[in-house]
Amino acid sequence: MPLNNQKINFVHRQSAHCESGVAANLFFHHGINISESMAFGIGAALFFGYFPFIKINGLPLTTFRGATGQILKRVTKGLGIQSNMHRFRDPEKAMNALDRIIDQGIPVGMQTGVYWLPYFPPALRFHFNAHNIIVYGKEGTEYLVSDPVFDEPVVCSRMDLMKARFAQGALAPKGKMYYLTRVPDHVDIAAAIVRGIKDVCKTMLKIPFPLIGVRGIRFLAGRIENWPEKLGKSRASINIGHIIRMQEEIGTGGAGFRFIYAAFLQEAAEILGEKRLLNISRKMTEIGDQWREFALFGVRNCKGRALEENTYPAMADILRDCANQEDELFHDLADIIS
Amino acid sequence: MLKKNVPQDGDILDGWHEISYAIDDDGRYVLAPSVGWEPANIANKQAWELISKQVNDVIKRIQAKELSPLAYYMVKNQMDTDLLAKYVRLSRWRVRRHLKPVVFMHLKVSILERYAKIFNVSTEQLFDIPEFSSLDLDNAPQ
Repeated sequence: MPLNNQKINFVHRQSAHCESGVAANLFFHHGINISESMAFGIGAALFFGYFPFIKINGLPLTTFRGATGQILKRVTKGLGIQSNMHRFRDPEKAMNALDRIIDQGIPVGMQTGVYWLPYFPPALRFHFNAHNIIVYGKEGTEYLVSDPVFDEPVVCSRMDLMKARFAQGALAPKGKMYYLTRVPDHVDIAAAIVRGIKDVCKTMLKIPFPLIGVRGIRFLAGRIENWPEKLGKSRASINIGHIIRMQEEIGTGGAGFRFIYAAFLQEAAEILGEKRLLNISRKMTEIGDQWREFALFGVRNCKGRALEENTYPAMADILRDCANQEDELFHDLADIIS
Repeated sequence: MLKKNVPQDGDILDGWHEISYAIDDDGRYVLAPSVGWEPANIANKQAWELISKQVNDVIKRIQAKELSPLAYYMVKNQMDTDLLAKYVRLSRWRVRRHLKPVVFMHLKVSILERYAKIFNVSTEQLFDIPEFSSLDLDNAPQ
């Protein structure tokens, strides 16, 4: 099928995380100027979960962010923006539907599998299926893609994009695409911020499940302590390496999203006129620095350069300290916001 | 993290940058591009070493006629039989059967084409595997 050339006048703004970046950039295109960190905060995306029964490449899942799709859902809802979302069974139909929307001059967000995106650096091509990008045009058989985690816009062939949209396995996108349909003249950002903060405080403190929030961090600390005996040195270091990747490998803005969240709190302080949030932001930064310290410790184990005995307990202690500090921080945050 | 401390340890991003959130001299958060951070690079390398080891193990088993060449392409593309079965729209037990050398040698072209398409190779290449894994950081998937 011949494609009409179309290039929507779309502003590519690089961001740390794909979903908050896509959300912020789509809104910006439709006249709502919010930053990535604001989208992240309103989307209540900060999280911690350790799920040993969910395996990624045979390793337990540790995650620092909420469920995929949650940011977009919460931000559109929170700001009263209307959007359309479609999933498909048939790849051809999915691509034709995409063409039709682009032809109308509307940039389209979509979920893709990283493994099939040709412009990704080889070292980052794993089967991760919840990567969000925006298609804002096409030239011949190439689609013009604004992938928010890259410096510049990129291109992707129809065949590759089709494969990426129909990646299989965990979190399969099933051709998911979405676009904004109606944007109100006025949005109440302050109310959305308050709601977002309340939601995060709740998930980090109040979920009655030991693997989530600050309790999850403590639980993981307990596990890490025993890994060398339970799994052996080599396997233990592979497990640690996996956590570090979830925490630091492209897309978190550093320290498992703790720095993005601190940036959000700073912005929130200004919009809500609430100075105390600046203090919370500072504390969040310190906690983030501590998570980075954890990664540094951990990676010494991966390289076999760690001092023998004390390393795993030392790492566990850092995590417990992170947990205690986050515990206190979210309680303070909840008090300020309520 | 202070902006001036944002690490610039190049390795895995292939010339691209990632965004770090860091604070400037006035204590304001800014978006700071980074070419990478050593601990993240090392953790990434570790993941590839694991995959590379799996590939090498599979190559040995193929050479010993325990597995068909399909196993090489499967592992090289970081798949297991579950995931591969989904991609080629076959049942898991059929994919598992195709990992046997004898079965694989007699596969219909139409089935071979399904595998070839997902692995981005020709059907002839499916029978051709290297002597050792070429997977490493500088030479990851094609």
